[in-house]
Amino acid sequence: MSEGLYSMEAKDFDKTLDLTKIKPYGDTMNDGKVQMSFTLPVPCGAEAVEAAKLMMKKMGLENPSVVFYQELTPGFTFFNCYGSCSHTVDYSTIYVPKVESNTMDMYETDEYIKENIGRKIVIVGASTGTDAHTVGIDAIMNMKGYAGHYGLERYEMIDAYNLGSQVPNEEFIAKGIELHADALLVSQTVTQKDVHIKNLTNLVELMEAEGLRDKMILCCGGARITHELAKELGYDAGFGMNTYADDVASFIVEEMVMRGMK
Amino acid sequence: MESKLGLDFEKVAHARKLAKNIADGVQEFVDQYTTVAVERTLCRLMGIDGVDENQVPLPNVVVDFIKDKGVLNEGVLFFIANAMIQTKMQPQQIAEAVAKGSLDITQVVTTDPKVIADTLQPVVDANVNRIRARRSRREHYLETIGEGPKPYLYIIVATGNIYEDVVQAQAGARQGADIIAVIRTTGQSLLDYVPYGATTEGFGGTFATQENFRIMRKALDEVGEELGRYIRLCNYCSGLCMPEIAIMGAFEGLDVMLNDALYGILFRDINMQRTLVDQYMSRIINGFAGVIINTGEDNYLTTADAVEAAHTVLASDLINEQLAFSAGLREEQMGLGHAFEMDPMLENGFLYELAQAQMTREIFPKATLKYMPPTKFMTGNIFRGHLQDALFNIIGIWTHQGLQLLGMPTEAIHTPFMSDRYLSIENAKYIFNNMRSIGDEMEFKKDGICRKRAKLVLDNTILLLEEIVNEGLFSALEKGIFGDVKRPKNGGKGLAGVTAKGNNYLNPFIEIMKGKR
Repeated sequence: MSEGLYSMEAKDFDKTLDLTKIKPYGDTMNDGKVQMSFTLPVPCGAEAVEAAKLMMKKMGLENPSVVFYQELTPGFTFFNCYGSCSHTVDYSTIYVPKVESNTMDMYETDEYIKENIGRKIVIVGASTGTDAHTVGIDAIMNMKGYAGHYGLERYEMIDAYNLGSQVPNEEFIAKGIELHADALLVSQTVTQKDVHIKNLTNLVELMEAEGLRDKMILCCGGARITHELAKELGYDAGFGMNTYADDVASFIVEEMVMRGMK
Repeated sequence: MESKLGLDFEKVAHARKLAKNIADGVQEFVDQYTTVAVERTLCRLMGIDGVDENQVPLPNVVVDFIKDKGVLNEGVLFFIANAMIQTKMQPQQIAEAVAKGSLDITQVVTTDPKVIADTLQPVVDANVNRIRARRSRREHYLETIGEGPKPYLYIIVATGNIYEDVVQAQAGARQGADIIAVIRTTGQSLLDYVPYGATTEGFGGTFATQENFRIMRKALDEVGEELGRYIRLCNYCSGLCMPEIAIMGAFEGLDVMLNDALYGILFRDINMQRTLVDQYMSRIINGFAGVIINTGEDNYLTTADAVEAAHTVLASDLINEQLAFSAGLREEQMGLGHAFEMDPMLENGFLYELAQAQMTREIFPKATLKYMPPTKFMTGNIFRGHLQDALFNIIGIWTHQGLQLLGMPTEAIHTPFMSDRYLSIENAKYIFNNMRSIGDEMEFKKDGICRKRAKLVLDNTILLLEEIVNEGLFSALEKGIFGDVKRPKNGGKGLAGVTAKGNNYLNPFIEIMKGKR
């Protein structure tokens, strides 16, 4: 199958889209085509290719085809593969919790704060725990912002404090109290061995122990953070990939108004 | 040398003079101070190693002892010499006795500098020779099995487990890597001690310990002999233990060290006085050990904008160069850093990157420049990421970079898989081979985009350096001149470990290592 450019397979499956039974799409509805690459810890050779195909079958892929394979180092073989997925998913019943706010731009948010809160709000952010990365918190807070979205420091009605990285959770909370923070933002970049989960949980526990959890809005963010995970951990919101300062600021101000925080 | 970019080398000379002026101001300060990290380094240079029953490294035990007695300013060698005279013990036994609580090394029997120097001499010589032997071992390998062509392919391993790192590193070397960097575990830079022994647990990296250095050095020598190509080992001489890591690397045959004068201040909030004193001693050791240092200017562009802040990179490279000269490093050992970090959506961004890389090459013709790949605008789209890395590789070969830190298509997703490294190395090897001589064939059009860009960056660099000369480096850092990061002179971590040198202070290694390279 991997020899020719053109697939001569008969396409004798139902080609109508059914949202209760969706499949991956290659170039024909319901063809189920999946592209994947992985490494197996076995020597390069015909047995390795067979092992890769068996692995794909176990993953539910029909007609598995290894289109490229390469020894990475003795005892390890890398594969590029295609196959047709036999599983389906019911799209029509999916519910994903999302941050429920209307994203406003910087000017709208500043206006909203003036009208609805009537004072500058204080937001304190940091990358806490052992995490040394500031890229996430900088993208949200730095004046310049990221990808054309101004950071919180630029907002007229927000006093934004970026404490940087490797801030202990205790210190972070203490600073939040000192600055009378309305909201705390914690960024986590390193996720190896779920270190971010432990650290985020620790922060929530500390805030609860101090009786502060209800007094401040608490958000987390990072490339591997989802809103769902954040809610599970006891945060008010989580901001993952493709979210910017506008999203964070809009959520905070609307949440403040909803809670009657003045 | 004729500039392909039409650079005005008189301006470059002026910029260099300004940077020297700044570095001299720093050096004047540095010469008067020592730190706990420098003193622990001297303990290690006296052969003191190991840990006490609470896993506290003996160099920490000894230095904390004299610090608690309020005599850190006299320096640890003064007291070790006195203890050697008094007890007839060797430094290691002395350290063990201090750990047991059976010896007070602050008892002074002589302050005669000649007697003290003579007492230390045999131990000093023995340990300096350990480093010399390591250095000759590398030189012998380079003469016999040789090395890969430049730019060296530089990859990272970061499993957290040194034994797993070995598997990854050897695989990378077989795929074509010339340098293996073992990323340090998150947070190690803020530890005021170096952990001891082999380690198998780390977050986002592996602890830098002397035993881990030894394990990886051995693995790379094995694979280097197998391949007929010397494989360099890189680690991180930064954080609160800068000079200690340097000496451990010098003893174990490391070849490349991240060793920036300002990085710790800006990106780890380490006190600037502490870092500037520490970087001096660490660079003296790296210079003597034949290590290529890498500087971290690329990091500025992860927090500041790569187009707007390009001149801060060049300014910092020039300052780092002068501070490295002060520590006795040769130009060939300077892996001055810069990076390919512009927004990929920028029109003609490639030309600006090319201009800046060529400019850096021409301004530092002998340096083993370290060129860093895109990270800030890597999105998780591994397919576009692989292309961004390809453009970066084109500039690497075109402008004759020294160390090409290979970008990974999976940057921003996870620490590299074995296959990610394979794909990245394949990408670089393909481009380096296919475009090997492009830099010799191409010139830059007069009054074109590239020449204008290089001129602008150099002009802005001079303005910035003039500003720093007027302010002084300390005050410039307080104002946030680099990477948009502001740091107070008396803020940050590690200031308590800094002290002015006392009357009996001595550190003979500075002279030896700077003089007899």
